[in-house]
Amino acid sequence: MIVAIASGKGGTGKTTVAVNLALSLSGDVQLLDCDVEAPNAHLFLRANPEGNDVIGIPVPDVDVDLCNQCGECSRLCQYNAIAVLGTGVVVFPELCHGCGGCTLVCPEKAISEVMRPIGVVEEARAGQLWLVQGRLNVGEALVPPLIRAVRAKKHDQGMVLVDAPPGTSCSMIAAVRGSDFVVLVTEPTPFGLNDLALAVETVRVLGIPHGVVINRAGSGDDGVKEYCDAEGLEILLEIPDDRRIAETYSRGLALVTNIPETRPLFASLAARLEALAPVGRGCRAEKGLPRAHA
Amino acid sequence: MPTPEVHSESLPMVSAQGFPTRVPELVVISGKGGTGKTSVVASFAMLAENVVVADCDVDAADLHLVLEPRIFQTHTFVSGHGAVIRQGDCGASGTCQKVCRFGAVIERASTPGFVIDPLACEGCGVCVELCPSRAIDFEERVAGEWFSSTTRTGPMVHARLGIAAENSGKLVSTVRAEAKRVAGKNRSDIILIDGPPGIGCPVIAAITGVTGVLIVTEPTVSGAHDMGRVLELTAHFGIPAAVCVNRWDLNPESAERIEAHAREHGVAVVGRIRYDAAVTRAQVEGRTVVELGGAAAGDIRVVWDHVQRWLAG
Repeated sequence: MIVAIASGKGGTGKTTVAVNLALSLSGDVQLLDCDVEAPNAHLFLRANPEGNDVIGIPVPDVDVDLCNQCGECSRLCQYNAIAVLGTGVVVFPELCHGCGGCTLVCPEKAISEVMRPIGVVEEARAGQLWLVQGRLNVGEALVPPLIRAVRAKKHDQGMVLVDAPPGTSCSMIAAVRGSDFVVLVTEPTPFGLNDLALAVETVRVLGIPHGVVINRAGSGDDGVKEYCDAEGLEILLEIPDDRRIAETYSRGLALVTNIPETRPLFASLAARLEALAPVGRGCRAEKGLPRAHA
Repeated sequence: MPTPEVHSESLPMVSAQGFPTRVPELVVISGKGGTGKTSVVASFAMLAENVVVADCDVDAADLHLVLEPRIFQTHTFVSGHGAVIRQGDCGASGTCQKVCRFGAVIERASTPGFVIDPLACEGCGVCVELCPSRAIDFEERVAGEWFSSTTRTGPMVHARLGIAAENSGKLVSTVRAEAKRVAGKNRSDIILIDGPPGIGCPVIAAITGVTGVLIVTEPTVSGAHDMGRVLELTAHFGIPAAVCVNRWDLNPESAERIEAHAREHGVAVVGRIRYDAAVTRAQVEGRTVVELGGAAAGDIRVVWDHVQRWLAG
């Protein structure tokens, strides 16, 4: 079973929920940190993910001896990543999405592909917990292929948790798509409510069952609860607004191992999600899940 | 402060003295989300005079909740294309599925044939080109909308990216270009940009060529870790950066370490904002922190003074 932890607004506590939930589940748990621009789960697990799995995008490499500057490649390319200029062809690798179209349409078979690295996938084991994280190279703009590469590492058995990037754009979709359930983390403030509503709209489009976790409960107003009531959204967990929790988080420590009162909170969330898992705890068929480019 | 050479690319305006000038752009980012970017930008917008505000956190925009803009123009953001199979013409060759690298082609369950999942389609057009039945249309995509508005702080440009849409970077660039146009026309003193979290596509679009980047972080291991990534990014693009630690008193030692790290990298430290329940209260009341007052409001005023001096360099 794959459970994605997502939110519209950043900084609401996705990683806190993902890490403490991972530590509260029984059996084998895999945590996929798909927030590849800012991967933080390892900090709270005191894990040092390692590995040399470089993820790249296939970009065109033009054989100048075969190319006759016919321009078919640039006609097809939707990203302005290849252009015929004067007597040669120029490739702009940072604009290329790796669709492979230019290679296929070149009548002279003058284009092959080379991998342009965009980031790495790293792994670590902490007890019964497997952590896989993606780390985007600094200065790199294209994120979804790396997220898909992290997602492709998922185990077929046991619980798989996905720590998604914030927002509702293509990165969030790449992380959340193909999950069996989405936990939407928010805070009880107008910003939290506004961005929760956007995230709910997104997971509804994706057609994935979902519930809400309210972090820093009691700190703002009742808008989020009223919204959940009106929309028929299940509130899975409320994490109280407590300075000890904020301080424990600030030091990079897991809540369930340092604040005993938080254990039953995450245990109940774990039990709720385990109850949703299909018999045998396998994964549902991932219809249409994009494969990694690597 | 050195002037980044990218400045020469922007449209020059002509000052009263006849020299080309350019309205300075300050963008507030953080790496990690939820560090207080929007609350800081909203307060700066109140404190600044003759300002244009741009909300470039286009997929989870919140600034409008505090500044309450009156929208006078809504623009459709059209960007890229999407493949759509005309079901009646589909010959079920399966070519589209074979050539698609984004897993966007799904085989129909009932009858032979295929459909495109619009959420996975990246609009490359390869299936459109290679379909032997020529059964795939390539439709322009509406990827969001953007707004020209006025608020109690002056003009504001903001946007809403469509659900699951791509090209957030292009929408960010659109918002910034409009903010620059308005600022040039009004002879504004500054453009304040609320930036997106992370370090990817929309962040790069938000910071490229700006006068300065203010990084609002928090004294947590994640805040420090993500600020490190943002500092690498600003160094990579050669953009001047300054750092402000929000809620610093949550972990004073961590705040110290973050500031030391910033200074080591030649980054200006422009002050601290203490934890104050008034920040959340201001949000609930739809006001800026400086309008509500209190300890954090005082800190934000000091940070704004420092930022102005830093920008004037």
